[in-house]
Amino acid sequence: MSITYLEAIREAQARLLRDDERVFIYGQDVGGTFGGAFKATKGLAKEFPNRVLNTPISEDAIVGTAIGAAIKGMRPIVEMQFADFSSTALNQILNHAGTHYWRTNIPVPITIRLPSGGTKGSGPFHSQSMESIYAHYPGLIVMTPATVEDAYTMLIDAVAIDDPVVYCEHKYLYYHLKADKLPDKGLPTGRARIAREGRDLTIVTYSAMVQESLAVAGELARENLEIEVVDLRTVKPLDTDTVLASVARTGRLLCVGESFPWGGATAEVIARVTSEGFHLLDAAPVRINAKDTPIPYHPNLWSAHRPGAKMIAAKARALLKE
Amino acid sequence: MLQTAQRGKKTSANKAAPHERFLEAFRWMLLARTLEEKLVSLYRGGQITGGVYIGKGQEAVSVACGMFLQKGDIFAPLIRDQAGRSAFGEPIVDVARTYLGSRQGPMRGRDGNIHRGKPGDDQLAMISHLGAMVSVTVGALLAKRFRGEKNFVGLSCIGEGGMQTGSFHEGMNIAAVEQVPLVIVATNNHYAYSTPNDREFACADLVDRAKGYGFEGYSIDGTDLSMCLDVIGSAVKRARAGRPPQLVVASVLRLSGHGEHDDASYVTDEMKRQPFAQDCLKLTEKKVVDLEMADAATLKSWREDAARQVDEAIATAQKEAAPDAEKEDWCAISTRELVDRPE
Repeated sequence: MSITYLEAIREAQARLLRDDERVFIYGQDVGGTFGGAFKATKGLAKEFPNRVLNTPISEDAIVGTAIGAAIKGMRPIVEMQFADFSSTALNQILNHAGTHYWRTNIPVPITIRLPSGGTKGSGPFHSQSMESIYAHYPGLIVMTPATVEDAYTMLIDAVAIDDPVVYCEHKYLYYHLKADKLPDKGLPTGRARIAREGRDLTIVTYSAMVQESLAVAGELARENLEIEVVDLRTVKPLDTDTVLASVARTGRLLCVGESFPWGGATAEVIARVTSEGFHLLDAAPVRINAKDTPIPYHPNLWSAHRPGAKMIAAKARALLKE
Repeated sequence: MLQTAQRGKKTSANKAAPHERFLEAFRWMLLARTLEEKLVSLYRGGQITGGVYIGKGQEAVSVACGMFLQKGDIFAPLIRDQAGRSAFGEPIVDVARTYLGSRQGPMRGRDGNIHRGKPGDDQLAMISHLGAMVSVTVGALLAKRFRGEKNFVGLSCIGEGGMQTGSFHEGMNIAAVEQVPLVIVATNNHYAYSTPNDREFACADLVDRAKGYGFEGYSIDGTDLSMCLDVIGSAVKRARAGRPPQLVVASVLRLSGHGEHDDASYVTDEMKRQPFAQDCLKLTEKKVVDLEMADAATLKSWREDAARQVDEAIATAQKEAAPDAEKEDWCAISTRELVDRPE
């Protein structure tokens, strides 16, 4: 048996709906026989017709409704059709869900699924990675699963958490990644994972860039260069301890993220390592992000805009010579 | 003596004889006005940090929003809803605590003035971004439906300013799509901060929008307490009975600045001469006297009672400790083990 990253997300939701009557799925095209733009909810409305609900194209009201339901005891899962469109729900996510517990002492257990990241030909408005925006604001947990197993267990964990979770699932991984079976339980939320051990250089990354980085580590191993790959799993909270421990072993840090370059998760990792572990570094840390332009449509431009294995390998080799 | 509203009592507000209901509403209005005048004076005396936002001139509409809601109903008041909040059951000491930043208030110094609520007690805590509370009220009602509860309604307040946001539009539409038992009470106080109606919207009458959303719509004179009680009370009853969502649009003039920092010098004399510019509290009191619903001595005792309650609430809050930054836990999430610690 072989399960894709996308099927794991669907299976997690099926399990959540079966196990917990408080769970409902709310979003555009998630219900009926359609099952979502990417089929992440396919078949679920048949089994749970009253808890898998189509909505109008109203991102603000979708999240607002989920917040109200969560305050009153439900565990909504919101599907944004694309992460990009969550920008029209920013107010409800940041100013309402993100502030509610702090202001009122009542937590808001919503999970917002964001189909994130670039795929060929998707262009500026169907390709964005939004994790750094959500991580910047207080009151939200931001998950960025990079494996089939994590896609499954982290979504189940997200719904169990009493606080708002922004769950960034990567569209590029939907069909590419496969696993033999789904685990019952994963690492605890907030714990980074050593995806590959190595002693020469640490790559800290998350989401689809974990797979790119692992490919690079494999390639460089043939040149006797040992790359350690740390998969953050959640960008907030950020597991600084695991990152520092890895840098202590390797002395070199390369951070890779797919989002835009100004600020963001990679900058945060470097800020923490340089301020808390400056003495561990043998060379200045390096980071790789997408370019500071909107995400291009044409594959020739897109593949140069997005960080990929080739660029990661080049930067890693250069950093190893420092 | 008018005590803090008991939610059980309000079940009887639905059944009370019209004059009893009218007098109860008048006393909540009086309490709200007395409280807010006190808050203004504290603000002018430098004892309140931030701002003070009052509902002067809007008490008749607001009180009617709070009076027909029962235990289990959802109330989402907005900026100028002191009368409705009190009638719904918010103790006025919580108002004083929030304005004065007491650690014992519902917001514990973390948020102030009108940005307060107790969602656990079904009074939602507004955010400043207008229109946002509509869909949140819808969600709270959906949760009740999911859980199989019956006979509940939600009431969400808005002004004509907030009605022009995209968030309001989405909230109205999703309420009708979900067919939740919701009443929207929209108070047109003729100014969005300083901007008059002609730069806010261009439709002939805001209530016409009800049809477009799939709501049932009604217009009221917000200075006429009897009309406010009748029409808002009926709207609540209709929503509870399973009719489509209800929109009530009230016309008033805001008899204050946007906040107490604002002298409202932009309000024209012509506007002040409009029928809707009258003070609803004065009109209500006149009716009480003219129809001999209460004598002068009774009115005086009600005023004194309101003043005493306000003084007690303020004195209580003033004695309580302010938040202490050293003791603050600085956690924006409830799951303590998942708090991110950059330092």
